[in-house]
Amino acid sequence: MSGDLRTIGALIRRGLNEILRVPGGAIPGILAPTIFMLGLAAVFGRAAALPHFGGSDFRTFIVPVGMLQGAGFTGAATGVNLARDIERGWFDRLMLAPSPRPVLLAGVVGSACVRCLLPATFLLIVAFALGVDWPGVGALALAALLVMGLAAAAACYATVLALRFRTQQAAPLMQVGAFVSIFLTTAYAPRELLSSWLQTVSDVNPVTHVLEGVRQGFVGDVTWAGTWPALLSIGGLLAVFGTLAVRGMRRQGY
Amino acid sequence: MTRVVVALARRALRNALRKPQFLAPLVLMPTLFLAVNVGGLERTTMLPGFPHVDGFLDFQLAGAITQSLLLGGVSAGIAAALDIEGGFFDRLVASPTPRIAIVLGRVLAASVIAAAQVTYFLVLGTIFGAAIKGGVLGVLSVLAIGTVAGTGFGALGVMIALRARNASTVQGIFPLVFVVLFVSSAFFPANLLSAPADVIAAYNPLSYIANGMRQPIAFDNALRPLLEGLAAALGVALGATGLSVLALRGRLGAA
Repeated sequence: MSGDLRTIGALIRRGLNEILRVPGGAIPGILAPTIFMLGLAAVFGRAAALPHFGGSDFRTFIVPVGMLQGAGFTGAATGVNLARDIERGWFDRLMLAPSPRPVLLAGVVGSACVRCLLPATFLLIVAFALGVDWPGVGALALAALLVMGLAAAAACYATVLALRFRTQQAAPLMQVGAFVSIFLTTAYAPRELLSSWLQTVSDVNPVTHVLEGVRQGFVGDVTWAGTWPALLSIGGLLAVFGTLAVRGMRRQGY
Repeated sequence: MTRVVVALARRALRNALRKPQFLAPLVLMPTLFLAVNVGGLERTTMLPGFPHVDGFLDFQLAGAITQSLLLGGVSAGIAAALDIEGGFFDRLVASPTPRIAIVLGRVLAASVIAAAQVTYFLVLGTIFGAAIKGGVLGVLSVLAIGTVAGTGFGALGVMIALRARNASTVQGIFPLVFVVLFVSSAFFPANLLSAPADVIAAYNPLSYIANGMRQPIAFDNALRPLLEGLAAALGVALGATGLSVLALRGRLGAA
């Protein structure tokens, strides 16, 4: 057990080392959510004048979207890095290790959980500096938990694609999955303002619950009614994509 | 020289078409962004100052095309970087291939893909209710501006690949696509942008490219926005191709 934990820890450290070793690849992913938050607020900021926004500033409304984007991009980047490891043969050597496949997967996914806190932290620092209200420690802790959970799910999804295609060229597919799941929600506007088709899609999209779970601290108060659907959604996403990723890992080398 | 450029462009296109699942995101992602923008922010057309349009889709279509073309540039850059990582670039350099053809072949492929991207969005827009107000001439104008702009973005991607030499770094510029889009009037009227995006948008060539394509889609064939759009696209294409050639020379010099 302790050997498994050491393996997971080593893989997480290796994932974090990527940030220093390939900063050109990592820095844009850290900056992207903040850029999105600033960009969307600059472009669509006037939309907050529409009814149902409840007087909340558009920037505050979309800060949680940026946090989830950071998680999504980090998860996708984890898949891209894995694809690169596959292309260069490092992954094949990893498969020779006497560790169970789920442990190796946990190391890869674990690095995404830690790395996703970087873009979220940077985003929050900029957002608070620009006047977004402090949501409270409890709300931030819940937001961090949900963001890490979504990063893990996105990393599992990207891992499935990396193992399937075995090339970095699959990167756009990894990013699109994360991107789409986050934007087909109440990302831009309250449910009442969405077109009917988007209302329907966002209702069945589990990421909507995650987003609303993160958002509740920024717009309104944290409640259990707003929290449990988010936790349940994260659990469901991890169960589905985690199972697929473990299955993909187990198929390697046979 | 021309034969080599065409041969390299055909190779690039064949490689792209062999894995259509990697081409799909170039249109899929902007399509979804378009759908989400239109679905989530349709009522913003009621905001004071928003130009009179038949629907938000009419307004957003040019933004989606611009976004798709920029992603095409990233894709061209990744493909070029993979050629470098995989050693194909070095083998080309060792062969009696004209150096400039290495860049121009990739750029020509990008322009063909760009024309296909623009066509896709025009068809998609028409299916979902956007009437191209400029008619056939308008369609041709959008195609011309879009293809030239896509050529330029492809050249930019190649230039970055030649400087970065690895696909991960080129992939990393993906979020920056949105930065340059957000500080342009591609998605929203310039007069409704917040500061400082409104100021930057006035100098951003993407604003002119998007407005040039938007004019015949949402309004009419007024000459000035069309010419401004074409001039901006040409400027990007010529400038980026020149920078790519310089990057190639730099890389060969370093080797």
